[in-house]
Amino acid sequence: MSIIEFDKVNKWFGQQHVLRDIDLQVEAGEQVVICGPSGSGKSTLIRLVNRLEAHEEGRLVVDGITIDDNAKSIEAVRRKVGMVFQQFNLFPHLSVLENLTLAPVWVNGTAQKDAEAQAMQQLERVHIAEQAHKYPLQLSGGQQQRVAIARALCLSPRIMLFDEPTSALDPEMIKEVLDVMAELATQGITMLCVTHEMGFARSVANRVIFMDDGQIIEEAPPTDFFDNPQSARLQEFLSRIL
Amino acid sequence: MSDSIVFSPVTARPAPHRTQGISAWARTNLFSDWPNSIATVLLLMIFAWYLPQLIDWAVLKAVVRPDVDACQAAAHAGACWGVVSEKYRTILFGRYPYAEQWRPLAAVLLMLSLVGVSAVPRMWRWYLLPLWLAGMVLFVALMGGSVAGLTPVQTNLWGGLPLTVLLSLGGMTMAFPLAILLAMGRRSTLPVLRTLSSLYVELIRGVPLISVLFMASFMLPLFLPQGVKLDVLIRVLVGIGLFSAAYMAEIVRGGLQAVPQAQTEAAQSLGLGYWKTHGLVLLPQALQAVLPSLVNSFIGNFKDCSLVTIVSLYELTGALSLALGGDVVWRPFFLEGYLFVALIYWSFCFGMSRYSMRLERRLSRSQART
Ligand SMILES: Nc1ncnc2c1ncn2[C@@H]1O[C@H](COP(=O)(O)OP(=O)(O)OP(=O)(O)O)[C@@H](O)[C@H]1O
Ligand SMILES: [Mg+2]
Repeated sequence: MSIIEFDKVNKWFGQQHVLRDIDLQVEAGEQVVICGPSGSGKSTLIRLVNRLEAHEEGRLVVDGITIDDNAKSIEAVRRKVGMVFQQFNLFPHLSVLENLTLAPVWVNGTAQKDAEAQAMQQLERVHIAEQAHKYPLQLSGGQQQRVAIARALCLSPRIMLFDEPTSALDPEMIKEVLDVMAELATQGITMLCVTHEMGFARSVANRVIFMDDGQIIEEAPPTDFFDNPQSARLQEFLSRIL
Repeated sequence: MSDSIVFSPVTARPAPHRTQGISAWARTNLFSDWPNSIATVLLLMIFAWYLPQLIDWAVLKAVVRPDVDACQAAAHAGACWGVVSEKYRTILFGRYPYAEQWRPLAAVLLMLSLVGVSAVPRMWRWYLLPLWLAGMVLFVALMGGSVAGLTPVQTNLWGGLPLTVLLSLGGMTMAFPLAILLAMGRRSTLPVLRTLSSLYVELIRGVPLISVLFMASFMLPLFLPQGVKLDVLIRVLVGIGLFSAAYMAEIVRGGLQAVPQAQTEAAQSLGLGYWKTHGLVLLPQALQAVLPSLVNSFIGNFKDCSLVTIVSLYELTGALSLALGGDVVWRPFFLEGYLFVALIYWSFCFGMSRYSMRLERRLSRSQART
């Protein structure tokens, strides 16, 4: 059974039909990159997975949990799914270390000491352990984003969602974040990643998905996706961004 | 190749005129342009005219001894601080039995040291709460007596500074949590909760404190079951708490509104529920953002406590009227008495304002880029 299963999922914002009959299976350990024009519904799609948005129709199952209004299942799924945002969204009033220990201590009930040790490990993993006692706004964008990744990792999630993690970064910082993500990929975490970094998609993803108008237009392994696009819309999209 | 650009280094030169020191400060702050200069000179002249007169009245010709004849002889050319030396105990402690007045003094000192301890950020730990509870109990025991061999003193005899301190601290302690709940209620997704919170805030903000106090002390008993008698002090405390909660709720709501929605999403994605998201992520940022307004409201509340005189509780200003109103001899020197009370109020409020400025600077350190 797949770790994420979309079955005819539909989503509206008011009268606007933003996700239409989405069918998608993601296997455990797979890295999937989602791309598409602005407003095509990429963010909405991945935000359904941890219920930051609610779908109206269809069935969505994440690691065996059916996503619905049930508070218990929402809570359970959020423990298994980590998320990284475009604008980092670190908590500015807490130090880097406190950002990382917050959820383990208050959600999982981990002892403060263990949570800190665990947090330091995750900071090592994203190569930023020396900044543990600074505050987020004292870090560069690239560093903040790596802290955000470490924060999500502290709950030992099975799935990581990335929503354009490098779009708010200066060019010279993009690489440091992508490198960290590539390392994660080799460690077998399931990744669902909205990005327009096509080099990353080509080298890291198992599968690339193209969305337009709230629909999945095409999905293929990266070599086919980039070298042999089937639909006219994808061909046009690729010609514009490559 | 005569038009190729060649880099020629520029050595640092001193600034054309001084940018530091007193004269530079005066130039930018006092004499930056004509209107500014005129205002400066005018204000200096006013000071030069009035300051000597003020010093003359308040210090040089003042009578400090509690001596009515000397005061009358000075005949308002000099201040009569004697009224303070004569009456300060009534002003500070109201109708509290004279022989027992060490108790309210100890109670006030106790509260002030608690405030002092709580003001140090290093002390912000869980044990502050039981410490405050113990402090409150001790305060009431000291004031009310009938424990540990202290003679009982009815609450209607409590007065002066301890009453002011009790009403403002107690009122604030009640108001603060209520204000946070109201602010959260007004932002709730549940329509009933939202409407009720809005209704409460709008209702309370629409009436003056004096009528809330009046209702609290005369109408509240009507709603209580027969035989249950609530002390007037508690009724008034509840009134003040309910009143300031409405104002503080709006301040807190403003602060919550200023925290980006993305912070909520980040907290949710980490599995934090509604209460933890608020307690750990949103409220700390919101309260920090509105700290100056909160302190402002606390200062306002502190002074508003003087209104409790209308329900026969004699806090500082009430105690002053008590001390001088019935005394034909000293009555002419109300002004000096009021100045004394004003000085007490001012030093409290000034302390609060300085403290909030320090706290702001400290809290904003985490926001600063280095
Ligand atoms: N909270 C919301 N309320 C109403 N409409 C929304 C909301 N969020 C998104 N939308 C609309 O839903 C559609 C899909 O939005 P979404 O953010 O998923 O697009 P996207 O593919 O992530 O675009 P981008 O590349 O710009 O981030 C857009 O038309 C957007 O205007
Ligand atoms: Mg998006």
